[in-house]
Amino acid sequence: MSDPLRGRAAIVGVADLASPTGELELTGRGLEAAMIKAALDDAGLTLADVDGLCHAQSSMAVAEYLRITPKWTDSTNTGGSSFEIHAEHAAAAIAAGLCDVVVSVYANTPRSDRKRGTGFRGRPGGWGPPDPSMEWEAAFGLRRPMGPYAMAAARHMHEFGTTSEQLAEIAVSTRAWAAMNPQARYRDPLTVDDVLASPLQVEPLHLLDCCLVTDGAGAFVMTSAERAKDLRRPPVYVLGAGTAHDHSAMISEMPDLTTTAGAISGPKAFAMAGIKADDVDLLMGYDSFTITALLHLEDLGFCAKGEGGAFVEDGRTAPGGSLPMNTNGGGLSYTHPGMYGMFLLTEATKQLRGECGERQVADAEVAVAHGSGFILSCMSTIVLGTEAAL
Amino acid sequence: MSEPKTKRFEPVATAASTPFWEATRDRRLVIQWCVDDEAPVHFPRDVCPRCLGTNLEYRPASGKAVVHTVVVEHQMPSPTGDDGPYAIALVDLDEGVRMMTNVVGAAPADVTVGMAVQVTWEPLSDGRHLPLFEPAS
Repeated sequence: MSDPLRGRAAIVGVADLASPTGELELTGRGLEAAMIKAALDDAGLTLADVDGLCHAQSSMAVAEYLRITPKWTDSTNTGGSSFEIHAEHAAAAIAAGLCDVVVSVYANTPRSDRKRGTGFRGRPGGWGPPDPSMEWEAAFGLRRPMGPYAMAAARHMHEFGTTSEQLAEIAVSTRAWAAMNPQARYRDPLTVDDVLASPLQVEPLHLLDCCLVTDGAGAFVMTSAERAKDLRRPPVYVLGAGTAHDHSAMISEMPDLTTTAGAISGPKAFAMAGIKADDVDLLMGYDSFTITALLHLEDLGFCAKGEGGAFVEDGRTAPGGSLPMNTNGGGLSYTHPGMYGMFLLTEATKQLRGECGERQVADAEVAVAHGSGFILSCMSTIVLGTEAAL
Repeated sequence: MSEPKTKRFEPVATAASTPFWEATRDRRLVIQWCVDDEAPVHFPRDVCPRCLGTNLEYRPASGKAVVHTVVVEHQMPSPTGDDGPYAIALVDLDEGVRMMTNVVGAAPADVTVGMAVQVTWEPLSDGRHLPLFEPAS
């Protein structure tokens, strides 16, 4: 392989934290620091080894808190896909020799913040150009974030005959994985009827088509393939990466409601990795809503456009199915603190290291973490693999 | 004419979009066009997103459109001030632009993808109007 990025960097440490109560005790920078320590401990590295830092709001503020001096930094925020982009950028920076050990960290505690009446409440306005969605979409009462996703689902149903039952299958299969994750918020069995009986929110989406709102936090550590060989855990190599975005906060600007920019990022990442969909042992596909995951299956080529509904029937993405998807229980049943993409990477890494116990995917060598940010706006695909997949 | 609704979040115009909103005082729907590309531009911008040129002007629009997608909010209070579920849609104007709106004048369950609709106007508090759509007559 001549690709300058493939296999040159590896995730060597991960941590993620959530609770069946949906709440965590720590919050803010303290929680981020705890995640960084846990991920570095996992790798057998210390804070002194870190020379690159990623954060989806301010890598500078995190570095200040930790009193470290990164020589490479990335505060890219594309919403939920931020951490896949951090992984892409970090792998490229490490391959180019700009830095050696990169940490990306995330923590958010919306559930306990709401209960305590604390936490940051962002105000619209401030610096920068006006947000056109406030002028052209806010007046019409489209609830965010679920409304734009409902619009994509309604269009998908119209074009391809996709049904609410098929969307519900995704929630059901994901819950079956969550049943095997002790950290998951919801672990009780779920049926298609349960999903369809849950209250309609923005029709066609039911409550159980929607992700959780929970506290959660995580971090990953990435370093060069050379250095990774000597560390505590088996390296999980970055085999491919791709990113694309085709709109931002306006769903009316999305070029095609039923095809995301994942149709660009996915093939790019797969080509770099030298894999096809058939080679993927598990898919961690951002499931903010059931429709989100369905679109990933099509756009990444696991099935043809329009066939996602039929694909997810009969538990194909459930435990025992041919394509294990969201094996931690996903944003639908494990945790969703707002920007869920970190947990795609931590679970993919743990699966490839064979550490997932009851929910372990047998002989997993290639995993895909596919993040989706804002409202189906920015897609970022990371292909990860074991040494055997190099 | 009904009283101005108070539940609406009322749009704040930019320099580029002011002609759009001023025309709504007379219940006229106008759309920005790039004269050089002979192509419509929406949302209104200071430059054409195709050619990056600034030769832009506003032209009357027919007010005719087709529903591209439609969803129904079942839990939140309607911005129209009416009770019960309400429909939010993306509509494709005959001129070739897509915009978000509420479809009114029909039960939300009867609003379908592909339905022909036409513009109707809801008063805002300052004399402007908000373009909504209703089933085409």
